[in-house]
Amino acid sequence: MSLDKISNPEAIKHWTDVIPPEYVYTVGVAGERFFREIKENGRIMGTKCSKCGYIYLPPRIYCEKCFDYIDEWVDVGLKGRVYAYTVTYLDVDGSPLDKPIIFAVIKFDGVYGGLIHRLGEVEPEKVCIGMVVEAVFKDKAERKGSINDIKYFKPSD
Amino acid sequence: MSVKISKYPGVGLKEEDIKGKKVLTTVWPCNLKYSWSAGVAVGRFLTELKNGKIIGRVCKKCGRILIPPRMYCEWCWKPTDEWVYVKDTGTINTYAITHLATDGVTRLKEPMPIAVIQLDVPAKLPRFFAGFLHYLGEVKPEDVKFGMKVKAVWKPPEERIGSITDIKYFKPV
Amino acid sequence: MMHFPIKRRVAVVGAGMTLYRRRLQETTKEMVFHAVKMALDSAGLTIKDVDAVVGGSAPDLFDGIHMKGENVITEAGGALKPYLRNFTGGTTGVSQQINAWSIVASGLADVCISVSWEKMSPCHPHPQYAFWTIFDRIIERPLGVNLVWIFALEMNRYMHKHNIKKEDIALVAVKNKANALDHPCAQLPAKITVEDVLNSPVMCWPVQRLDISPPSDGASAVIFASEDVAKKITDTPVWVIGVGRCEDTTYWMNRDLYFPYYAYYAGQQAYSMAHIHNPRKEIDVFEIYDPFDYKELHHMEGLRLCGKGEAPKLTREGVTQRDGDMPVNPSGGLMGVGNPIAAGGGMKVCEIFWQLRKEAGKRQVKKDATVGLAHAWGELMQGSSVLIMKV
Ligand SMILES: [Zn+2]
Ligand SMILES: [Zn+2]
Repeated sequence: MSLDKISNPEAIKHWTDVIPPEYVYTVGVAGERFFREIKENGRIMGTKCSKCGYIYLPPRIYCEKCFDYIDEWVDVGLKGRVYAYTVTYLDVDGSPLDKPIIFAVIKFDGVYGGLIHRLGEVEPEKVCIGMVVEAVFKDKAERKGSINDIKYFKPSD
Repeated sequence: MSVKISKYPGVGLKEEDIKGKKVLTTVWPCNLKYSWSAGVAVGRFLTELKNGKIIGRVCKKCGRILIPPRMYCEWCWKPTDEWVYVKDTGTINTYAITHLATDGVTRLKEPMPIAVIQLDVPAKLPRFFAGFLHYLGEVKPEDVKFGMKVKAVWKPPEERIGSITDIKYFKPV
Repeated sequence: MMHFPIKRRVAVVGAGMTLYRRRLQETTKEMVFHAVKMALDSAGLTIKDVDAVVGGSAPDLFDGIHMKGENVITEAGGALKPYLRNFTGGTTGVSQQINAWSIVASGLADVCISVSWEKMSPCHPHPQYAFWTIFDRIIERPLGVNLVWIFALEMNRYMHKHNIKKEDIALVAVKNKANALDHPCAQLPAKITVEDVLNSPVMCWPVQRLDISPPSDGASAVIFASEDVAKKITDTPVWVIGVGRCEDTTYWMNRDLYFPYYAYYAGQQAYSMAHIHNPRKEIDVFEIYDPFDYKELHHMEGLRLCGKGEAPKLTREGVTQRDGDMPVNPSGGLMGVGNPIAAGGGMKVCEIFWQLRKEAGKRQVKKDATVGLAHAWGELMQGSSVLIMKV
């Protein structure tokens, strides 16, 4: 291709702009109940398929296995186990964090799925897979109906 | 919808349900910033706009002048051959009068005429021509006509930055 | 024209959709599940019968979920199965059916779900803002261009070229919104008059509020099956007999907008495959993309249902009404049912399916319809997809 040779760097033009919209997501039908239970009752709830016996977390309005609607809600408790974890030293922009954050996939016994959350009240070197952890909630007045209403999971017996 | 179905899924919400926090929501201020390379052809086009000139690319095979310029001819599927300056005059191919701002909700105080300007460049087929979208100025919306002759009104040289908006608007001549 | 041997006959055997609303509480995933579940149930199939899945949705910036095609795989029934997402702007809802059809026609799958969705309500202050990003970022966006601009420019050019009055174009909005009164999922069904349209707020002249379809949340799904499967599960398979697809240049400002050549070529492809010579006579019912009222007319001409500039006359004479000789948008179209972009096109395919199966109830066209056409259009007013079906 006979592209012109650019000898003047000024000629290499760039144009800068932003993607301007802001997003407001509803949390959905299952999410509404899930987050309200966290906010108002400090409970973690899943949905259960009575046919297949699967309990889903986060809850869904349907069963992945039999592809039918489900609406039985069950309390999965506040204790789960560390299924996998990682320690992050950088924030979303890639800048160093003051203190590393431990993120873990937390699975609940007998439950399909799980939650991703922070671990707290524990040093990274003390974390191990299979460790029992328990949800620590913010004070009720501070809860907004968000996954961050749970401050973190801390080691438990 | 089929007559065999009698239940229609979905929960409709009103704006107040969301603003009034009747339902839970999460918010994401997208806020992504980009820097795009203008590329070879449009880069030169912008540079020339800063100089107060409109430039196009010539395809010697089909004889077209391409504006906005491109380094290839999409008809002949080959590189274009040379640069050419064209006059900053043209005719209104089509126009509209916008009452809305970019965000799609804010209403403008003064409705603004916009147009596809067909530049004064010979066209090979009447349905393909050289030109671009721009504002119309110094004309009342109701006086805009199809086929009206127009000319670019440029910002003063010191205000030009190498942007399509270095042309303030096109005005009737 | 393309002439290629099609390996297998393919039928549509099920369809489903959610309510179409300006805002749905359901997440994208929940909407998709509703539509897929209804389609499967209507076909008497389970998720285990499904071999492949096609998802269709327009810009990620509407939902505000990047890679939203992947976001819904489980709800679409596509987990651990061949899955692909189609994103061809406004044409998506019909383009993706061509993907699903070809997956079955080629023998890759016996049953393929094709689900379309759009959730536009998360985008603030208005979904319109997301459209801003589809324009050329260097020579158009700095002008503050708004999506309605290009439609206003096209509509005005079309009106000028054929000396068409706004009154004639408004008749499309009146017809489609009235048709939607009989659609139980419709977002904006209404009994309105031409005067209402002409007196509605001006968005970008000549486009006024009631010339435009609304932004919407919604999902729709259809199920494609091979001949063997289709004949086993239903007495009334709806066969796909023609598909067509065409795109014109993105340099829309270098094109005369009065005639949609992309629709013409997409139509010609589909007619050729379906051995249709006179579409107006040989096709009984049409769902033509109508995000703006003038687009129904523009596309009728592009699809060769009448001569250039003649569509307003047919509309005025009632030819395109449900009881007319050439019913167009008996569903209520995007103007009446709503326009969740990809699901808008998907809804049109569902409607042709229900019309040909005589399941449309109050919306059923008067003619004994055996052949129907669904069309969608999109991108920077440059593309079309066509699907022709027959019972
Ligand atoms: Zn189940
Ligand atoms: Zn050429």
